Amino acid sequence: MSDRRNNQAYWKANLKLVAGCLSVWFVVSYLFGIILVDQLNTISLGGYKLGFWFAQQGSIYVFVMLIFFYAHRMNKLDRKFDVHED
Amino acid sequence: MMDLKTLTYIVVGATFALYIGIAIWARASTTKEFYVAGMGINPIANGMATAADWMSAASFISMAGLIAFLGYDASVYLMGWTGGYVLLALLLAPYLRKFGKFTVPEFIGERYYSRTARLVAVLCLIVASITYVIGQMKGVGVAFGRFLEVDFETGVGIGMGIVFIYAVMGGMKGITYTQIAQYCVLIFAYTVPAIFIALNLTGMPIPQLGLGSTMADGSGVTLLDKLDLIVTDLGFAAFTAQKGTSLNMFLLTLSLMIGTAGLPHVIMRFFTVPKVSDARTSAGWALVFIAILYTTAPAVGAMARLNLIETIQTGKVGTVDGNLIYEERPDWFKNWEITGLLKFEDKNGDGRIQYYNDKNEEFAARAEAYGWKGNEMVKIDRDIMVLANPEIAGLPNWVIALVAAGGLAAALSTAAGLLLAISTSISHDLLKGMIAPGISERKELLASRLAMAGAIVVAGYLGMNPPGFAAQVVALAFGLAASSLFPALMMGIFNKRMNRAGAIAGMLTGLLSTLIYIFWFKGWFFIPGTEMMADTPANWVMGISPEAFGAIGALLNFTVAIVVSKVTEPPPEHIQHLVEEIRIPRRSSVYAG
Repeated sequence: MSDRRNNQAYWKANLKLVAGCLSVWFVVSYLFGIILVDQLNTISLGGYKLGFWFAQQGSIYVFVMLIFFYAHRMNKLDRKFDVHED
Repeated sequence: MMDLKTLTYIVVGATFALYIGIAIWARASTTKEFYVAGMGINPIANGMATAADWMSAASFISMAGLIAFLGYDASVYLMGWTGGYVLLALLLAPYLRKFGKFTVPEFIGERYYSRTARLVAVLCLIVASITYVIGQMKGVGVAFGRFLEVDFETGVGIGMGIVFIYAVMGGMKGITYTQIAQYCVLIFAYTVPAIFIALNLTGMPIPQLGLGSTMADGSGVTLLDKLDLIVTDLGFAAFTAQKGTSLNMFLLTLSLMIGTAGLPHVIMRFFTVPKVSDARTSAGWALVFIAILYTTAPAVGAMARLNLIETIQTGKVGTVDGNLIYEERPDWFKNWEITGLLKFEDKNGDGRIQYYNDKNEEFAARAEAYGWKGNEMVKIDRDIMVLANPEIAGLPNWVIALVAAGGLAAALSTAAGLLLAISTSISHDLLKGMIAPGISERKELLASRLAMAGAIVVAGYLGMNPPGFAAQVVALAFGLAASSLFPALMMGIFNKRMNRAGAIAGMLTGLLSTLIYIFWFKGWFFIPGTEMMADTPANWVMGISPEAFGAIGALLNFTVAIVVSKVTEPPPEHIQHLVEEIRIPRRSSVYAG
């Protein structure tokens, strides 16, 4: 595979990963925290209503995990396509 | 036992001595050190510095108070100011680090092969950063005033002096290491009172879990249920209930996220790490350190509200002895009355305090039957929720002294980051990039120190004489970053076909539409009386507040830029190569720039 084709394949894989991560990002904050908050609030998580918990706690925890997940998967992609730094 | 003032002087003095010590140790000797700390900062250390850079006086002092009074609706700030880091880590930071230059406008200028684009970016950067820094300087003055009984101007002056020493000497290098120290001070100062309060109320020392626990009083009721109950009993909206519209919350959250990712003083922190992969993990670490405070804040807010109401409403609502007798109020109440942040007015002359929502007509009618003649807590400043927290919880004086040092650390660290963004874009983008490209390294370093000194003086002056719009600036800073900078940066990486004409048209569209929408409701250039319509939900277009418009501005920016770029010439070949180059972490041998 030429360098150019390889880099394009790398970029495509990256875009797919970004799209996946941003879907989760959207779901936990906008969907669970705002749009579906009333429905989720009928469920409780300890002393929290679930929708409220996502809006003030859960979404933030997921954001943190998402970034590390992305960084980890990108390091793997960097090696797989041999575009990593030395 | 030492008195509070002496203790506060000792604690604040010790932190200041630490910052100056770091400044002497971390001097910058090259422009690379001054602008990007030599690109040698460990990603975890950079994450910590970014957290201090990001968390301002507003995050430290005001956010918990916002949550206390807005309840669920304050979630927009919690999600908005953290979710932006996901965008930053996935869409901008690694690529801008790969680009490997010193400033955000520099990327925009090179990517769109245009001085105009660079100039527009410099303008947005300076306006957003200056407006933001005024608030920090004000925060420094207020913290000094309240805790050290120094007058406001002297307080701002001392703050300026401290920042001057380490920012002018050390640039990004000095600022990075002091920010790490400042993070430690501020997070300790924030979490210690929170832990004690959570322990008092729920028996659970971790505030994040305490907020979801049952009360320690043996009633078996959860804290949040109890809070909902006692606030609705007094005619307020339930803490966990939604008050604003979903559309506005959605757009405000989105605007804050996009704005966060587009703020230059945050982005430039990621230029300081050694590698592209470090930029990704460093954003994760930054969010870890931010999340410690941001997930504690809801607990602080809710518990402070609960404590405040229970102090005043001591018994059943409507019974004669259900309300606190004013003469028997606790010491912290008296202390904060002196500052004017708490104000009581005995409207019905019964010598007791009635605190309720007299704007709620149904409840106000019932209150009248109790013999209440209006809400008597005529002022409860939101900032009190953090500032008075240790006193309300009966914590020792050293904790109160620590809160003062923490507030100052939060304000100073953010101010320094903003001042650096301003001064580098003056010396590097304007001077070296446009006015005198042939300038030597030594002269540029001198110019950057002078620009820093100038920026500090201007910021200090504006902090002492804040223009009337100081309170409105958050909307402006985030609106500008969201509507102009973020889309231009993102398309510069993800859209190879994006060209000069498209980017400039998009940036101007986003910028102007957002400015006009903000000015329409808040007055042209924030001059009172010049607003075209009152800033009320009824007047907003589709209920979208000016603060929430940044996301719409960004959408307009993207749309216009893509349409214009489709009908104009594609960017030159070397620019398309540049885009291909920044998309991969490894430095290719062909591309040397």
